[in-house]
Amino acid sequence: MKISLNWLREFVELPESAEELRTVLDDLGLVVEGVEHVGQGLEDVVVARVDEIREIEGADRIRLVVVDAGHGPLEIVCGASNFAVGDHVPLAPVGAVLPGGFTISERTVRGVVSHGMLCSPRELEMNDDHQGLMVLDQLIEPRVGEGLVVALKITPDVIFDISVEGNRPDAWCVEGVARDLATRLRRTLRSPTLATTNSMTESASFAGAAIDDPDLCGRLTVSVLREVKVTASPSWVAQRLQSSGMRPISNVVDASNLVMLELGQPTHPYDAAQVAQRTLRARRARPGETLTTLDGVERQLAKSGRGLGDTGEDLVIVDGDDRVLGLAGIMGGASSEISASTTDVLLEAAYFDPMTIARSSKRHALRSEASNRFERGVDPQLALRAVARYVEILRESVPELQWLANPLDVRGTIPTPPSLELRRSDVGRLLGVEIAIDDVLAILGGLGFSVVQKKDYLEVTAPGSRLDVRAGSEGRADVIEEIARLYGYRRLPRHNPAWPELGGLDDRQRLRRHLREVVVDAGALEAWTPSLGSDADFDLLLRDQARVRVTNPLAADESVLRATQITGLVRAWAKNYERGLGDVILVEFGVVFTHPGATSDPRMTKGGVGGKLILALPRENERVTIVLARQDDDASSAVALWSVVARRLGLDDVVVRSVTEAPRGLHPTRAAALVDRTSGALLGHVGEVDAELVDAVTSGSPLRRLGLIDLDFDALADPHQATRAPAAVRVPSRFPSAVLDLAFVTPQRVNAGDLAHTLRQASDLVEEVTLFDVYHGPTLAEGTRSLAFNVRLSSVDRTLNENEVTRCRALLIELAGSLGAVLR
Amino acid sequence: MSTSPLAHLAQQVTDLLTSIAALSTLEELRDAEASLTGKRSPLASLQKSLGALEPEARKAAGAELQEARRVVETALDGQRALLARAARQSSLEADRLDLGDVVVGDVRWPLSVGHPGLISLTQRELEDVFVGMGFTVADGPEVESDWYNFEALNIPPAHPARGLWDSFYVDLGEPETVVLRTHTSPTQIHLMERAVADDSLPIHSVMPGRCFRRDTPDASHLYSFHQIEGLVVDRGITFGDLAGVIETFTRAYFGPDISSRLRPGYFPFTEPSAEFEVTCTICRGSGCRTCSSTGWLELGGCGMLDPAVLKAVGVDGEEWSGFAFGFGIDRCALMRHQVSDLRALIENDVRFLGQFS
Repeated sequence: MKISLNWLREFVELPESAEELRTVLDDLGLVVEGVEHVGQGLEDVVVARVDEIREIEGADRIRLVVVDAGHGPLEIVCGASNFAVGDHVPLAPVGAVLPGGFTISERTVRGVVSHGMLCSPRELEMNDDHQGLMVLDQLIEPRVGEGLVVALKITPDVIFDISVEGNRPDAWCVEGVARDLATRLRRTLRSPTLATTNSMTESASFAGAAIDDPDLCGRLTVSVLREVKVTASPSWVAQRLQSSGMRPISNVVDASNLVMLELGQPTHPYDAAQVAQRTLRARRARPGETLTTLDGVERQLAKSGRGLGDTGEDLVIVDGDDRVLGLAGIMGGASSEISASTTDVLLEAAYFDPMTIARSSKRHALRSEASNRFERGVDPQLALRAVARYVEILRESVPELQWLANPLDVRGTIPTPPSLELRRSDVGRLLGVEIAIDDVLAILGGLGFSVVQKKDYLEVTAPGSRLDVRAGSEGRADVIEEIARLYGYRRLPRHNPAWPELGGLDDRQRLRRHLREVVVDAGALEAWTPSLGSDADFDLLLRDQARVRVTNPLAADESVLRATQITGLVRAWAKNYERGLGDVILVEFGVVFTHPGATSDPRMTKGGVGGKLILALPRENERVTIVLARQDDDASSAVALWSVVARRLGLDDVVVRSVTEAPRGLHPTRAAALVDRTSGALLGHVGEVDAELVDAVTSGSPLRRLGLIDLDFDALADPHQATRAPAAVRVPSRFPSAVLDLAFVTPQRVNAGDLAHTLRQASDLVEEVTLFDVYHGPTLAEGTRSLAFNVRLSSVDRTLNENEVTRCRALLIELAGSLGAVLR
Repeated sequence: MSTSPLAHLAQQVTDLLTSIAALSTLEELRDAEASLTGKRSPLASLQKSLGALEPEARKAAGAELQEARRVVETALDGQRALLARAARQSSLEADRLDLGDVVVGDVRWPLSVGHPGLISLTQRELEDVFVGMGFTVADGPEVESDWYNFEALNIPPAHPARGLWDSFYVDLGEPETVVLRTHTSPTQIHLMERAVADDSLPIHSVMPGRCFRRDTPDASHLYSFHQIEGLVVDRGITFGDLAGVIETFTRAYFGPDISSRLRPGYFPFTEPSAEFEVTCTICRGSGCRTCSSTGWLELGGCGMLDPAVLKAVGVDGEEWSGFAFGFGIDRCALMRHQVSDLRALIENDVRFLGQFS
């Protein structure tokens, strides 16, 4: 919201500089997002008349312009072309200092001397227009040599662009901001000049007002203004509006906007001649009704929206013939608009239910300055004070204006400001410091709260401008926030709390860090690929699976929640490969989603209005996906990396087991499951990326094999699924070990890991079993291969004798035999 | 009367189908294509001979020939798909590797240097600071119901404040009921509900995680980003404690010459609410372009838990009070590593990824 410093100064004495005030406003939570200096630094700029325009030899972008600013011809080089001989333009002569501190000096361009600069609006910091020079003839009747500030009747001012928070309905106007400043700086807040009714004629004799739906319209006042003449506003009114970013239209409309900016009450002027029976009535719109709003759009009313909890209610203002004149509090219709011939005005000033306005405005995608204020809560007591101010302003351009006696004032349901019991201790308990009672009283009084001192507590009642203040304990927090805010957050002492409970990570978080460290240590770069992807990408791997879709994606290819990280990671790799940087291992830690309809295990949670529904949400699965893409990487490299991970994580009991049906995305004949032998749980897969996926993602050119590990981190982190090695370790024997090399002709269906595991169980003497060679060959029976293991035997208390070793060897062979493996 | 050129069409089609069925490789099929349906096929020569017929007869014969061609082409496409499947199957079979038989010791493993991601690195540093201050760490889901993301946080339906979080809604039945979480704050609600159910208050936790907002990507916005949220619920917790924790964190993470300050702000779930700013890390407070000459950078939001939030989760506000704070992990990362464009984070260029230690 743009607020003029000059305007603020009418409400409160503010000798401070703009910079000082900016700090105060920031500290009050009225954050200044920008400061604009109007009409400053223009003192040296004068009105000049263009007398001649000459081409400059060899230059097509610039011309030589001869101007007169009252002291004879001046030659100036100029790049603009939006003016002609005879026009008047602003001239910054040599020595002038423009806004922003730019000093004009004599310059030589293409051998021509330029004695000053002709200015565009942007160069004068008047607006953003930089299309050409500011041609003054369109704005005023210029006089050569006159100072620009005088010519344009500019009053130097500072405009603060203030960001108003959602709990500050009172701060959407000059008076509200001034009230904060006055309270903080302990100064008096002045009231603007107000008019009084000046006609003996009763308003009721001329006009009517009614509320059909008191729950939506809390108050409807209608004032009758007669002998109106629609003209232009006085220049100070136009300037005020412009300084707040609004366009002046006519005195009747401008006064309404001015009052809204100044006091926060939107009002709406109707041409009384266009309102049947000169009666305004507030009621719910009926299904089927339409209204063409001032922006020219025909709107279907009372049509239920898609928004959560939206009943489709619209509040409309109708006339005596029940014809819809406007969408209350949001925008009027064209039929009763003020026109040049308007002589009688019905001025509506009302209080509408904030939620109704918020929903309507959202549903119709129609925001206006008025709806912004109504949906936050306009002071229900403000209406007639705002009208009095309106009349005072309009009277300046229409001295004969008549304001009829006893404006119509119909009441519906108005929220009662809560009355709160604020105990002395409440403030200290929340803020951590006692604030002197005098400060509390000064702050609350300054903000318009009424405070009654009782024996043990203060009875605090919020003003109508503070509909954000709630009842009960919430309201106490609201009031204490106001005390803290005006007292100054920075004056509140800081304190370091201490508690006996220890901080730390849980097992899952520690495991995640550990796993990341292991994979990174092994040479992986951690990537972050998008959670949202396209249908086409989803189809690459999971064509027939239900997908979780976003209702309102930013782009069509970001509309589906990913169900795998493989596609994204391969894509990320492919981009690097195209840059010649494909020799990498990439890893991603992230969440993938399964549609609640496609899983036996959706996340059940409460939702809907009041949390009364039980919703099935997507199953979220944290996964760790690794793509190994270095030269010569393949499924074997992936198995090797997995073995490092398994060893470092103490997952001794996990076997790499071939699968007949590989999950999509994996190479169908180069994939294996990672299975925990104890729990039987599946911890993930290892293998290669399916070449078809690589083709699809990289548009075909034959590439390299990509190793792949895709881990289910939820399973890894669950001690019931992933069996961790016991904490107790073995101290290696001090006695020499015996080493046996045993090669077994093993049926293809017997897993090498299972066989090794079985061999490990043979005896306490078995220290380690390592696969060191695999042989396939014509000498072996069909469907078998030879697995050669290195078996290390030792005892903690003795050197093994030959006999023991032989016995152990026999046992190993026997156990292998139980799986169908025969010593070669 | 001469015999129709199509007199033997049925037999010719049968012959073609037999030849197609006999094709056993994709190469054979490619070689035979011209003689089956192409220029050298009997169908092509029949087509030429139709020219001699009367218009009426030509039309009928043309249709008949068209149908024959369709039958042959369908058969050829079918055979092609069959052979392609077989080819892929046999190449997959040739490629088969029993991964259980991989001898790990034989795998060539060239040295490569890995790096953690910028976000996870930053998250770990932030967590470590808070763990040192006595906080535990909690994770939460990325898809949330409106109850957890909004209403329990004192943002009822149609409340204008919902507009502050430009949400992605998830299409699961009821409109505007399921969202990609727009902040980590719903995890606060889960934590408090759990603590009330287990009777395990107090809570001192930070909650890092990924969030989503409908922001068009540019140098300072991505539609997904990371936040870390802090929550303390304990006896006798005050705004002074909040300011103290923020200050301790700021110095611990950014360094002893960086401090914090609070100014009033608005969040529906805290009251009083504050924005917190830290000394500009570029100019160290003297004023520069990054901090718009103020010497301060806005980092996040915080405040005392709103009584309405405590009520929603069933925490007795007479006995317990608390505060919450939250800020961007990505923003901290950007500030520390002077990354000028957030989009670098999702581009996954290995030259970017390889810089974080």
